[in-house]
Amino acid sequence: MSLLSIRNLYYDNAPAWYTLNKKDIFYLGPVNFDVHEGETFSIIGSNNSGKSLLGKLITGAVPKSAGEVLINGEPLDNTNRANSVRMVFSHSSQSLNPGISVGRMLEEPLLLNTTLSPSERFDKIRDTLRLVGLMPDHYYFYKHMLSDGQQQRVALARALILDPKVVVADEPFAALDPSVRSQTVNLLLKLQAELGLAFIFISHNLGIVRHISDRTIVMHNGEVVENSPTQTLFADPQHEASKHLIHAHFAMLKV
Amino acid sequence: MILLDIRNLTLEIESNGVLVKALDKVSLSICEKEIRALVGESGSGKSLIVLAISGALPPQWIITADRLTWRGQNLLKMNTSERQKIMRRDIAVIFQDPKAALDPSVKLGEQFRESIPDEFINVRWWWQRRSEKNQIALAQLTRVGIKDVKKCLNSYVHELPDDVCQKFMIAMALVSQPTLLIADDPTRGMETSTKRQILSLCKSLNHNSDLSILFVSHDLLAISSIAHAITVLYSGQTVEDGPLESVRRKPFHPYSKALMDSAPSFRPELHPKSPLTALKGTIPTLQHLPIGCRLGPRCPRAQKACVNTPVPRTIHKRQYRCHFPLHIEAEENTVDNNEGENL
Repeated sequence: MSLLSIRNLYYDNAPAWYTLNKKDIFYLGPVNFDVHEGETFSIIGSNNSGKSLLGKLITGAVPKSAGEVLINGEPLDNTNRANSVRMVFSHSSQSLNPGISVGRMLEEPLLLNTTLSPSERFDKIRDTLRLVGLMPDHYYFYKHMLSDGQQQRVALARALILDPKVVVADEPFAALDPSVRSQTVNLLLKLQAELGLAFIFISHNLGIVRHISDRTIVMHNGEVVENSPTQTLFADPQHEASKHLIHAHFAMLKV
Repeated sequence: MILLDIRNLTLEIESNGVLVKALDKVSLSICEKEIRALVGESGSGKSLIVLAISGALPPQWIITADRLTWRGQNLLKMNTSERQKIMRRDIAVIFQDPKAALDPSVKLGEQFRESIPDEFINVRWWWQRRSEKNQIALAQLTRVGIKDVKKCLNSYVHELPDDVCQKFMIAMALVSQPTLLIADDPTRGMETSTKRQILSLCKSLNHNSDLSILFVSHDLLAISSIAHAITVLYSGQTVEDGPLESVRRKPFHPYSKALMDSAPSFRPELHPKSPLTALKGTIPTLQHLPIGCRLGPRCPRAQKACVNTPVPRTIHKRQYRCHFPLHIEAEENTVDNNEGENL
Protein backbone atom coordinates (compact mmCIF):
# COMPACT_ATOMS: atom_id res chain seq x y z
CA MET A 1 0.00 0.00 0.00
CA SER A 2 1.58 3.22 -1.05
CA LEU A 3 1.32 6.47 0.84
CA LEU A 4 0.77 8.81 -2.05
CA SER A 5 -0.31 7.66 -5.47
CA ILE A 6 -0.75 9.77 -8.55
CA ARG A 7 -3.10 8.32 -11.15
CA ASN A 8 -3.36 9.72 -14.68
CA LEU A 9 -2.73 13.27 -13.60
CA TYR A 10 -3.26 15.77 -16.41
CA TYR A 11 -2.88 19.49 -16.65
CA ASP A 12 -3.22 22.04 -19.40
CA ASN A 13 -3.60 25.77 -19.38
CA ALA A 14 -5.79 25.90 -22.47
CA PRO A 15 -7.59 29.25 -22.50
CA ALA A 16 -11.32 29.61 -22.98
CA TRP A 17 -12.72 29.11 -26.52
CA TYR A 18 -13.13 32.83 -27.19
CA THR A 19 -9.44 33.65 -26.64
CA LEU A 20 -7.65 34.61 -29.84
CA ASN A 21 -4.04 33.95 -28.97
CA LYS A 22 -3.75 30.21 -28.37
CA LYS A 23 -0.05 29.71 -28.89
CA ASP A 24 1.43 28.86 -25.52
CA ILE A 25 -0.56 25.94 -24.23
CA PHE A 26 1.36 23.72 -21.86
CA TYR A 27 0.29 20.12 -21.49
CA LEU A 28 1.38 17.96 -18.62
CA GLY A 29 0.65 14.32 -18.24
CA PRO A 30 -0.19 11.57 -17.94
CA VAL A 31 1.65 11.21 -14.65
CA ASN A 32 1.51 7.99 -12.66
CA PHE A 33 3.67 7.16 -9.69
CA ASP A 34 3.59 5.90 -6.12
CA VAL A 35 5.47 7.21 -3.13
CA HIS A 36 5.94 4.98 -0.10
CA GLU A 37 6.44 5.93 3.49
CA GLY A 38 9.96 7.03 4.34
CA GLU A 39 10.91 7.19 0.71
CA THR A 40 12.63 10.05 -1.04
CA PHE A 41 11.37 10.67 -4.51
CA SER A 42 13.12 13.04 -6.90
CA ILE A 43 11.90 14.80 -9.99
CA ILE A 44 14.56 15.92 -12.43
CA GLY A 45 14.36 17.37 -15.91
CA SER A 46 15.39 20.30 -18.04
CA ASN A 47 13.92 23.80 -17.72
CA ASN A 48 10.29 24.16 -18.80
CA SER A 49 9.71 20.45 -18.43
CA GLY A 50 6.98 20.96 -15.85
CA LYS A 51 8.85 19.82 -12.74
CA SER A 52 7.72 22.63 -10.46
CA LEU A 53 4.24 22.50 -11.95
CA LEU A 54 3.98 18.84 -11.05
CA GLY A 55 4.97 19.67 -7.49
CA LYS A 56 2.32 22.35 -7.31
CA LEU A 57 -0.30 20.01 -8.77
CA ILE A 58 0.45 17.42 -6.10
CA THR A 59 0.09 19.92 -3.29
CA GLY A 60 -2.94 21.51 -4.89
CA ALA A 61 -1.37 24.95 -5.32
CA VAL A 62 -2.43 24.70 -8.98
CA PRO A 63 -5.74 22.98 -9.78
CA LYS A 64 -5.37 19.83 -11.85
CA SER A 65 -7.33 19.26 -15.07
CA ALA A 66 -7.94 15.55 -14.68
CA GLY A 67 -6.72 12.55 -12.74
CA GLU A 68 -6.41 11.66 -9.11
CA VAL A 69 -4.03 12.26 -6.25
CA LEU A 70 -4.61 9.62 -3.57
CA ILE A 71 -3.25 9.69 -0.06
CA ASN A 72 -3.53 6.35 1.74
CA GLY A 73 -6.09 5.37 -0.89
CA GLU A 74 -8.32 8.37 -0.32
CA PRO A 75 -8.54 11.28 -2.74
CA LEU A 76 -6.75 14.40 -1.61
CA ASP A 77 -9.11 17.34 -1.22
CA ASN A 78 -9.46 20.48 0.81
CA THR A 79 -10.40 18.63 3.99
CA ASN A 80 -7.28 16.51 4.31
CA ARG A 81 -4.75 18.25 2.12
CA ALA A 82 -3.10 20.52 4.67
CA ASN A 83 -2.52 17.70 7.14
CA SER A 84 -0.98 15.30 4.68
CA VAL A 85 0.93 17.08 1.91
CA ARG A 86 2.92 20.27 2.51
CA MET A 87 5.23 22.20 0.28
CA VAL A 88 8.56 23.99 0.67
CA PHE A 89 8.59 26.52 -2.14
CA SER A 90 11.55 27.31 -4.35
CA HIS A 91 13.32 30.47 -3.14
CA SER A 92 12.25 29.64 0.41
CA SER A 93 13.54 32.95 1.68
CA GLN A 94 11.23 34.87 -0.63
CA SER A 95 8.24 32.79 0.39
CA LEU A 96 8.47 34.01 4.01
CA ASN A 97 6.49 37.05 5.00
CA PRO A 98 8.88 39.85 6.00
CA GLY A 99 6.21 41.68 8.00
CA ILE A 100 5.40 39.11 10.67
CA SER A 101 7.55 37.22 13.12
CA VAL A 102 8.51 33.59 12.66
CA GLY A 103 6.14 32.56 15.44
CA ARG A 104 3.12 34.15 13.79
CA MET A 105 4.13 32.73 10.46
CA LEU A 106 4.12 29.25 11.95
CA GLU A 107 0.96 29.87 13.95
CA GLU A 108 -1.12 30.63 10.89
CA PRO A 109 -1.40 27.05 9.57
CA LEU A 110 -2.28 25.88 13.09
CA LEU A 111 -5.02 28.49 13.42
CA LEU A 112 -6.53 27.53 10.09
CA ASN A 113 -6.28 23.78 10.35
CA THR A 114 -6.38 22.73 13.98
CA THR A 115 -8.42 23.38 17.11
CA LEU A 116 -5.47 23.77 19.47
CA SER A 117 -5.62 26.30 22.28
CA PRO A 118 -3.19 29.25 22.23
CA SER A 119 -0.81 27.65 24.75
CA GLU A 120 -0.83 24.35 22.88
CA ARG A 121 -0.06 26.21 19.67
CA PHE A 122 2.84 27.96 21.35
CA ASP A 123 4.26 24.65 22.56
CA LYS A 124 3.79 23.08 19.16
CA ILE A 125 5.68 25.91 17.47
CA ARG A 126 8.54 25.68 19.95
CA ASP A 127 8.78 21.94 19.43
CA THR A 128 8.81 22.33 15.67
CA LEU A 129 11.49 25.01 15.83
CA ARG A 130 13.63 22.68 17.91
CA LEU A 131 12.99 19.86 15.48
CA VAL A 132 14.48 21.76 12.56
CA GLY A 133 17.47 22.86 14.61
CA LEU A 134 16.44 26.38 15.55
CA MET A 135 16.06 27.79 19.04
CA PRO A 136 12.71 28.45 20.74
CA ASP A 137 13.76 32.10 20.90
CA HIS A 138 13.52 32.30 17.14
CA TYR A 139 9.77 32.53 17.73
CA TYR A 140 10.18 36.29 18.06
CA PHE A 141 12.55 36.78 15.14
CA TYR A 142 11.71 38.38 11.84
CA LYS A 143 12.87 37.16 8.47
CA HIS A 144 15.63 39.72 8.02
CA MET A 145 17.26 38.68 11.29
CA LEU A 146 17.92 35.16 10.04
CA SER A 147 20.66 33.85 7.76
CA ASP A 148 19.91 31.94 4.54
CA GLY A 149 20.23 28.56 6.19
CA GLN A 150 17.98 29.58 9.06
CA GLN A 151 15.36 30.94 6.67
CA GLN A 152 15.43 27.59 4.90
CA ARG A 153 14.82 25.93 8.24
CA VAL A 154 11.87 28.20 8.98
CA ALA A 155 10.37 27.31 5.60
CA LEU A 156 10.84 23.66 6.48
CA ALA A 157 9.32 24.18 9.92
CA ARG A 158 6.28 25.76 8.30
CA ALA A 159 5.89 22.66 6.16
CA LEU A 160 6.34 20.29 9.10
CA ILE A 161 4.17 22.02 11.68
CA LEU A 162 0.98 20.19 10.70
CA ASP A 163 2.71 16.79 10.89
CA PRO A 164 2.34 15.98 7.19
CA LYS A 165 3.14 12.62 5.69
CA VAL A 166 4.58 13.97 2.45
CA VAL A 167 6.71 17.07 1.98
CA VAL A 168 7.17 18.44 -1.52
CA ALA A 169 10.35 20.51 -1.74
CA ASP A 170 10.95 22.59 -4.84
CA GLU A 171 14.67 23.37 -5.25
CA PRO A 172 15.33 23.46 -1.50
CA PHE A 173 19.10 23.68 -1.91
CA ALA A 174 19.44 26.00 -4.88
CA ALA A 175 20.08 29.21 -2.97
CA LEU A 176 22.25 27.69 -0.27
CA ASP A 177 26.01 27.74 0.10
CA PRO A 178 27.92 24.46 0.12
CA SER A 179 28.45 24.09 3.85
CA VAL A 180 24.92 25.20 4.76
CA ARG A 181 23.62 22.90 2.05
CA SER A 182 25.30 19.90 3.65
CA GLN A 183 23.72 20.88 6.96
CA THR A 184 20.27 21.03 5.36
CA VAL A 185 20.76 17.68 3.62
CA ASN A 186 21.73 16.15 6.94
CA LEU A 187 18.72 17.72 8.63
CA LEU A 188 16.35 16.32 6.01
CA LEU A 189 17.87 12.86 6.26
CA LYS A 190 17.59 12.99 10.05
CA LEU A 191 13.95 14.12 9.94
CA GLN A 192 13.13 11.39 7.49
CA ALA A 193 14.65 8.76 9.74
CA GLU A 194 12.86 10.12 12.82
CA LEU A 195 9.43 10.92 11.45
CA GLY A 196 9.15 8.51 8.52
CA LEU A 197 8.40 11.36 6.13
CA ALA A 198 8.19 10.90 2.41
CA PHE A 199 9.97 13.63 0.47
CA ILE A 200 9.39 14.68 -3.09
CA PHE A 201 12.38 16.67 -4.32
CA ILE A 202 12.45 18.81 -7.38
CA SER A 203 16.02 19.63 -8.18
CA HIS A 204 18.67 20.54 -10.72
CA ASN A 205 21.52 19.34 -8.60
CA LEU A 206 22.00 15.77 -9.77
CA GLY A 207 24.81 15.11 -7.32
CA ILE A 208 22.49 15.64 -4.37
CA VAL A 209 19.59 13.86 -6.06
CA ARG A 210 21.79 10.86 -6.48
CA HIS A 211 22.86 11.00 -2.88
CA ILE A 212 19.53 11.34 -1.13
CA SER A 213 16.80 9.85 -3.27
CA ASP A 214 15.48 6.31 -3.59
CA ARG A 215 13.52 6.74 -6.80
CA THR A 216 13.82 9.33 -9.52
CA ILE A 217 11.56 10.34 -12.35
CA VAL A 218 12.71 12.28 -15.37
CA MET A 219 10.39 14.81 -16.95
CA HIS A 220 10.62 16.05 -20.50
CA ASN A 221 8.16 18.46 -22.11
CA GLY A 222 5.50 17.75 -19.53
CA GLU A 223 5.75 13.99 -19.72
CA VAL A 224 7.30 11.50 -17.39
CA VAL A 225 9.77 9.70 -19.58
CA GLU A 226 11.51 7.55 -17.04
CA ASN A 227 10.73 6.25 -13.59
CA SER A 228 13.27 3.99 -11.94
CA PRO A 229 15.35 3.52 -8.79
CA THR A 230 17.97 6.26 -8.58
CA GLN A 231 21.02 4.02 -8.75
CA THR A 232 19.65 2.22 -11.80
CA LEU A 233 18.80 5.48 -13.51
CA PHE A 234 22.26 6.93 -12.97
CA ALA A 235 23.95 3.72 -14.05
CA ASP A 236 21.85 3.10 -17.13
CA PRO A 237 19.50 5.85 -18.31
CA GLN A 238 17.05 4.66 -20.96
CA HIS A 239 15.33 7.67 -22.51
CA GLU A 240 17.11 10.28 -24.63
CA ALA A 241 16.26 13.12 -22.25
CA SER A 242 17.57 11.31 -19.19
CA LYS A 243 20.70 10.25 -21.05
CA HIS A 244 21.27 13.86 -21.99
CA LEU A 245 21.00 15.08 -18.40
CA ILE A 246 22.98 12.33 -16.77
CA HIS A 247 25.77 12.26 -19.31
CA ALA A 248 26.11 16.02 -18.97
CA HIS A 249 26.44 15.55 -15.22
CA PHE A 250 29.11 12.90 -15.50
CA ALA A 251 30.96 14.77 -18.21
CA MET A 252 31.41 17.66 -15.78
CA LEU A 253 32.67 15.31 -13.13
CA LYS A 254 35.51 14.04 -15.31
CA VAL A 255 38.34 16.48 -15.34
CA MET B 1 53.08 36.37 -18.00
CA ILE B 2 50.87 37.56 -15.18
CA LEU B 3 47.89 39.53 -16.40
CA LEU B 4 46.18 40.57 -13.25
CA ASP B 5 48.09 40.66 -10.01
CA ILE B 6 46.41 41.40 -6.71
CA ARG B 7 48.37 41.34 -3.50
CA ASN B 8 47.08 42.09 -0.01
CA LEU B 9 43.93 43.79 -1.17
CA THR B 10 42.08 45.19 1.81
CA LEU B 11 38.67 46.75 1.61
CA GLU B 12 37.31 48.66 4.56
CA ILE B 13 33.71 49.69 4.98
CA GLU B 14 32.60 52.12 7.62
CA SER B 15 29.65 50.92 9.62
CA ASN B 16 28.42 52.82 12.69
CA GLY B 17 31.69 54.69 12.97
CA VAL B 18 33.80 51.51 12.96
CA LEU B 19 35.90 50.39 10.01
CA VAL B 20 35.09 46.80 9.10
CA LYS B 21 37.50 44.84 6.94
CA ALA B 22 35.24 43.24 4.35
CA LEU B 23 38.29 41.94 2.53
CA ASP B 24 41.40 41.22 4.55
CA LYS B 25 44.68 40.88 2.62
CA VAL B 26 43.36 38.98 -0.36
CA SER B 27 45.95 37.86 -2.88
CA LEU B 28 45.15 36.58 -6.32
CA SER B 29 46.93 36.45 -9.64
CA ILE B 30 45.83 35.37 -13.07
CA CYS B 31 48.35 34.31 -15.68
CA GLU B 32 47.82 34.35 -19.41
CA LYS B 33 45.64 31.52 -20.74
CA GLU B 34 44.71 30.46 -17.24
CA ILE B 35 41.28 29.66 -15.87
CA ARG B 36 41.25 30.51 -12.21
CA ALA B 37 38.34 29.68 -9.98
CA LEU B 38 37.45 31.88 -7.04
CA VAL B 39 35.39 29.88 -4.59
CA GLY B 40 33.63 30.96 -1.45
CA GLU B 41 30.25 31.14 0.17
CA SER B 42 27.97 34.08 -0.24
CA GLY B 43 29.14 36.88 1.99
CA SER B 44 32.76 35.80 1.64
CA GLY B 45 33.55 38.77 -0.58
CA LYS B 46 33.82 37.11 -3.98
CA SER B 47 31.70 39.73 -5.64
CA LEU B 48 33.53 42.51 -3.81
CA ILE B 49 36.76 41.39 -5.44
CA VAL B 50 35.07 41.47 -8.83
CA LEU B 51 33.79 44.97 -8.13
CA ALA B 52 37.19 46.09 -6.85
CA ILE B 53 38.85 44.91 -10.07
CA SER B 54 36.25 46.53 -12.27
CA GLY B 55 36.32 49.75 -10.25
CA ALA B 56 32.62 49.72 -9.53
CA LEU B 57 32.84 50.13 -5.76
CA PRO B 58 31.26 53.13 -4.05
CA PRO B 59 33.89 55.85 -3.55
CA GLN B 60 33.49 56.01 0.24
CA TRP B 61 34.79 52.45 0.65
CA ILE B 62 38.51 52.40 1.34
CA ILE B 63 40.60 50.16 -0.90
CA THR B 64 44.23 49.59 -0.07
CA ALA B 65 46.48 47.12 -1.82
CA ASP B 66 50.16 46.40 -2.12
CA ARG B 67 49.53 45.63 -5.74
CA LEU B 68 46.52 45.80 -7.98
CA THR B 69 47.98 45.76 -11.44
CA TRP B 70 46.89 44.93 -14.95
CA ARG B 71 49.87 43.96 -17.12
CA GLY B 72 52.09 45.93 -14.78
CA GLN B 73 49.98 49.11 -14.78
CA ASN B 74 48.63 50.12 -11.41
CA LEU B 75 44.85 50.13 -11.57
CA LEU B 76 44.43 52.08 -8.35
CA LYS B 77 46.51 55.05 -9.52
CA MET B 78 44.82 55.32 -12.89
CA ASN B 79 42.35 58.03 -13.77
CA THR B 80 38.86 57.11 -14.79
CA SER B 81 39.26 57.30 -18.55
CA GLU B 82 42.37 55.12 -18.65
CA ARG B 83 40.66 52.59 -16.48
CA GLN B 84 37.53 52.63 -18.58
CA LYS B 85 39.65 51.95 -21.63
CA ILE B 86 41.05 48.81 -20.05
CA MET B 87 37.65 47.73 -18.81
CA ARG B 88 36.15 48.25 -22.24
CA ARG B 89 38.67 46.34 -24.29
CA ASP B 90 40.73 44.02 -22.11
CA ILE B 91 38.60 42.96 -19.20
CA ALA B 92 35.00 41.88 -19.59
CA VAL B 93 32.78 41.30 -16.61
CA ILE B 94 29.66 39.17 -16.33
CA PHE B 95 27.83 40.40 -13.27
CA GLN B 96 26.05 38.18 -10.83
CA ASP B 97 22.39 38.73 -11.47
CA PRO B 98 21.86 39.23 -15.21
CA LYS B 99 18.31 40.45 -14.84
CA ALA B 100 19.41 43.18 -12.46
CA ALA B 101 22.54 44.08 -14.42
CA LEU B 102 20.79 44.62 -17.76
CA ASP B 103 18.80 47.74 -18.47
CA PRO B 104 15.09 46.95 -18.02
CA SER B 105 13.85 49.82 -20.17
CA VAL B 106 15.82 49.20 -23.35
CA LYS B 107 15.46 46.29 -25.75
CA LEU B 108 18.26 43.77 -25.60
CA GLY B 109 19.22 44.37 -29.24
CA GLU B 110 19.89 48.05 -28.52
CA GLN B 111 22.00 47.15 -25.48
CA PHE B 112 24.00 44.69 -27.49
CA ARG B 113 24.68 47.13 -30.34
CA GLU B 114 25.92 49.63 -27.82
CA SER B 115 28.43 47.21 -26.37
CA ILE B 116 30.15 46.53 -29.72
CA PRO B 117 33.40 48.53 -29.94
CA ASP B 118 33.59 50.94 -32.89
CA GLU B 119 36.80 49.37 -34.24
CA PHE B 120 34.88 46.22 -35.14
CA ILE B 121 32.65 47.95 -37.64
CA ASN B 122 34.43 48.75 -40.84
CA VAL B 123 31.73 49.70 -43.27
CA ARG B 124 31.88 52.56 -45.66
CA TRP B 125 28.65 54.42 -45.00
CA TRP B 126 26.88 55.25 -41.78
CA TRP B 127 23.61 53.63 -42.83
CA GLN B 128 25.33 50.29 -43.11
CA ARG B 129 26.47 50.39 -39.51
CA ARG B 130 23.24 49.17 -37.98
CA SER B 131 22.95 46.07 -40.13
CA GLU B 132 26.62 45.32 -39.58
CA LYS B 133 26.10 45.51 -35.82
CA ASN B 134 23.08 43.26 -36.10
CA GLN B 135 25.19 40.75 -38.00
CA ILE B 136 27.74 40.70 -35.19
CA ALA B 137 25.00 40.35 -32.57
CA LEU B 138 23.46 37.47 -34.46
CA ALA B 139 26.75 35.64 -34.75
CA GLN B 140 27.66 36.15 -31.09
CA LEU B 141 24.30 35.09 -29.72
CA THR B 142 24.22 31.97 -31.83
CA ARG B 143 27.66 31.15 -30.57
CA VAL B 144 26.59 31.09 -26.92
CA GLY B 145 23.65 28.87 -27.80
CA ILE B 146 20.60 31.11 -27.78
CA LYS B 147 17.99 29.47 -29.97
CA ASP B 148 15.61 32.21 -31.03
CA VAL B 149 18.06 35.05 -31.59
CA LYS B 150 15.70 37.45 -33.40
CA LYS B 151 13.15 37.19 -30.63
CA CYS B 152 15.82 37.67 -27.98
CA LEU B 153 17.11 40.87 -29.58
CA ASN B 154 13.58 42.20 -29.81
CA SER B 155 12.63 41.60 -26.17
CA TYR B 156 13.02 43.39 -22.91
CA VAL B 157 14.76 41.75 -19.98
CA HIS B 158 11.60 40.79 -18.13
CA GLU B 159 10.29 38.83 -21.11
CA LEU B 160 13.07 36.29 -21.13
CA PRO B 161 13.91 33.42 -18.78
CA ASP B 162 16.94 33.67 -16.52
CA ASP B 163 19.23 31.36 -18.41
CA VAL B 164 18.72 33.18 -21.71
CA CYS B 165 19.58 36.48 -19.99
CA GLN B 166 22.66 34.86 -18.56
CA LYS B 167 23.76 33.66 -21.98
CA PHE B 168 23.03 37.10 -23.39
CA MET B 169 25.29 38.64 -20.74
CA ILE B 170 28.05 36.23 -21.69
CA ALA B 171 27.67 37.06 -25.38
CA MET B 172 27.76 40.77 -24.60
CA ALA B 173 30.91 40.36 -22.54
CA LEU B 174 32.66 38.37 -25.26
CA VAL B 175 31.88 40.70 -28.14
CA SER B 176 34.81 43.02 -27.44
CA GLN B 177 37.18 40.01 -27.60
CA PRO B 178 38.65 40.57 -24.14
CA THR B 179 41.87 39.11 -22.77
CA LEU B 180 40.36 38.42 -19.38
CA LEU B 181 36.81 37.42 -18.66
CA ILE B 182 35.55 37.82 -15.12
CA ALA B 183 32.49 35.66 -14.72
CA ASP B 184 30.60 36.14 -11.48
CA ASP B 185 28.49 33.05 -10.94
CA PRO B 186 27.75 32.49 -14.65
CA THR B 187 26.08 29.11 -14.22
CA ARG B 188 23.73 29.89 -11.40
CA GLY B 189 20.26 28.44 -11.76
CA MET B 190 21.06 26.67 -14.99
CA GLU B 191 20.15 23.10 -15.69
CA THR B 192 22.94 20.62 -16.16
CA SER B 193 22.97 20.49 -19.95
CA THR B 194 22.92 24.29 -20.40
CA LYS B 195 25.60 24.60 -17.80
CA ARG B 196 27.75 22.19 -19.68
CA GLN B 197 27.21 24.12 -22.88
CA ILE B 198 28.40 27.35 -21.24
CA LEU B 199 31.36 25.63 -19.66
CA SER B 200 32.48 24.06 -22.91
CA LEU B 201 32.16 27.46 -24.57
CA CYS B 202 34.45 28.94 -21.91
CA LYS B 203 36.84 26.07 -22.32
CA SER B 204 37.03 26.37 -26.09
CA LEU B 205 37.51 30.14 -25.88
CA ASN B 206 40.32 29.57 -23.44
CA HIS B 207 41.85 26.98 -25.72
CA ASN B 208 41.41 28.66 -29.09
CA SER B 209 41.56 32.36 -28.45
CA ASP B 210 43.73 32.39 -25.31
CA LEU B 211 41.09 33.92 -23.11
CA SER B 212 41.92 33.97 -19.41
CA ILE B 213 38.97 33.51 -17.12
CA LEU B 214 38.37 34.35 -13.50
CA PHE B 215 35.51 32.03 -12.68
CA VAL B 216 33.71 33.13 -9.54
CA SER B 217 31.27 30.55 -8.27
CA HIS B 218 30.43 28.11 -5.56
CA ASP B 219 29.45 25.36 -7.92
CA LEU B 220 32.32 22.96 -7.36
CA LEU B 221 31.25 20.60 -10.08
CA ALA B 222 31.43 23.31 -12.72
CA ILE B 223 34.74 24.53 -11.37
CA SER B 224 36.34 21.14 -11.33
CA SER B 225 35.51 20.63 -14.98
CA ILE B 226 37.14 23.79 -16.29
CA ALA B 227 39.50 25.50 -13.88
CA HIS B 228 43.27 25.10 -13.74
CA ALA B 229 43.84 26.84 -10.45
CA ILE B 230 41.64 27.63 -7.51
CA THR B 231 41.53 30.30 -4.82
CA VAL B 232 39.38 29.58 -1.81
CA LEU B 233 37.98 32.54 0.05
CA TYR B 234 36.40 32.51 3.47
CA SER B 235 34.80 35.58 5.01
CA GLY B 236 37.10 38.00 3.21
CA GLN B 237 40.34 36.08 3.70
CA THR B 238 42.05 33.87 1.16
CA VAL B 239 42.49 30.56 2.88
CA GLU B 240 44.07 28.50 0.14
CA ASP B 241 45.42 28.96 -3.32
CA GLY B 242 46.92 26.49 -5.76
CA PRO B 243 46.49 24.15 -8.73
CA LEU B 244 42.99 22.70 -8.73
CA GLU B 245 43.89 19.06 -8.88
CA SER B 246 46.20 19.08 -5.90
CA VAL B 247 43.87 21.25 -3.81
CA ARG B 248 41.07 18.84 -4.55
CA ARG B 249 43.12 15.78 -3.67
CA LYS B 250 44.79 17.15 -0.55
CA PRO B 251 43.29 20.32 0.81
CA PHE B 252 45.55 21.92 3.44
CA HIS B 253 43.01 24.20 5.01
CA PRO B 254 40.09 22.72 7.01
CA TYR B 255 37.69 25.00 5.19
CA SER B 256 38.77 23.82 1.73
CA LYS B 257 38.29 20.29 2.94
CA ALA B 258 34.78 21.06 4.16
CA LEU B 259 34.04 22.67 0.82
CA MET B 260 35.27 19.69 -1.17
CA ASP B 261 33.37 17.30 1.07
CA SER B 262 30.13 19.19 0.58
CA ALA B 263 29.73 17.96 -3.00
CA PRO B 264 28.58 14.35 -2.87
CA SER B 265 29.41 13.97 -6.57
CA PHE B 266 33.11 13.96 -5.73
CA ARG B 267 32.71 11.06 -3.40
CA PRO B 268 31.29 8.08 -5.28
CA GLU B 269 32.31 5.80 -2.40
CA LEU B 270 29.85 7.60 -0.12
CA HIS B 271 26.88 5.43 0.76
CA PRO B 272 23.58 6.91 -0.47
CA LYS B 273 21.62 8.65 2.27
CA SER B 274 24.54 8.75 4.64
CA PRO B 275 25.03 12.10 6.35
CA LEU B 276 27.43 14.54 4.71
CA THR B 277 30.22 16.13 6.67
CA ALA B 278 29.41 19.74 7.38
CA LEU B 279 30.91 22.52 9.44
CA LYS B 280 28.72 23.79 12.22
CA GLY B 281 27.21 27.24 12.11
CA THR B 282 27.22 29.75 9.29
CA ILE B 283 29.52 32.33 7.83
CA PRO B 284 29.88 35.29 10.24
CA THR B 285 28.25 38.58 9.35
CA LEU B 286 30.39 41.68 8.80
CA GLN B 287 29.36 43.14 12.14
CA HIS B 288 30.50 40.09 14.08
CA LEU B 289 33.78 39.03 12.52
CA PRO B 290 35.94 36.89 14.79
CA ILE B 291 39.51 38.04 15.37
CA GLY B 292 42.43 36.07 13.99
CA CYS B 293 41.56 33.27 11.63
CA ARG B 294 37.97 33.92 10.72
CA LEU B 295 37.14 30.23 10.44
CA GLY B 296 38.16 29.83 14.09
CA PRO B 297 34.77 29.43 15.82
CA ARG B 298 33.61 26.85 13.28
CA CYS B 299 36.86 25.01 12.74
CA PRO B 300 37.15 21.45 14.07
CA ARG B 301 40.94 21.81 14.43
CA ALA B 302 40.98 25.22 16.11
CA GLN B 303 43.39 25.75 18.98
CA LYS B 304 44.58 28.65 21.05
CA ALA B 305 46.97 29.96 18.39
CA CYS B 306 44.07 30.58 16.01
CA VAL B 307 43.25 33.96 17.60
CA ASN B 308 46.27 35.32 15.71
CA THR B 309 45.80 35.82 12.00
CA PRO B 310 47.85 33.12 10.24
CA VAL B 311 50.47 34.34 7.78
CA PRO B 312 50.43 32.94 4.25
CA ARG B 313 52.83 30.03 3.75
CA THR B 314 53.89 28.54 0.46
CA ILE B 315 54.61 24.92 -0.34
CA HIS B 316 54.98 23.54 -3.86
CA LYS B 317 53.19 26.38 -5.68
CA ARG B 318 50.43 26.27 -3.13
CA GLN B 319 49.68 28.93 -0.61
CA TYR B 320 47.62 28.49 2.52
CA ARG B 321 46.84 30.37 5.69
CA CYS B 322 46.37 28.06 8.61
CA HIS B 323 48.20 27.31 11.84
CA PHE B 324 47.28 23.65 11.81
CA PRO B 325 46.94 22.51 8.20
CA LEU B 326 45.85 19.07 7.13
CA HIS B 327 48.03 16.68 5.15
CA ILE B 328 51.28 18.37 6.19
CA GLU B 329 53.78 16.95 8.64
CA ALA B 330 54.65 19.06 11.65
CA GLU B 331 58.28 19.64 10.59
CA GLU B 332 57.35 20.93 7.18
CA ASN B 333 54.91 23.15 8.89
CA THR B 334 57.58 25.30 10.46
CA VAL B 335 59.16 26.17 7.11
CA ASP B 336 57.38 29.31 6.20
CA ASN B 337 58.14 31.27 3.17
CA ASN B 338 56.01 34.29 3.76
CA GLU B 339 56.63 35.94 0.49
CA GLY B 340 53.62 38.14 0.93
CA GLU B 341 55.11 39.99 3.87
CA ASN B 342 58.43 40.77 2.21
CA LEU B 343 57.07 42.27 -0.96
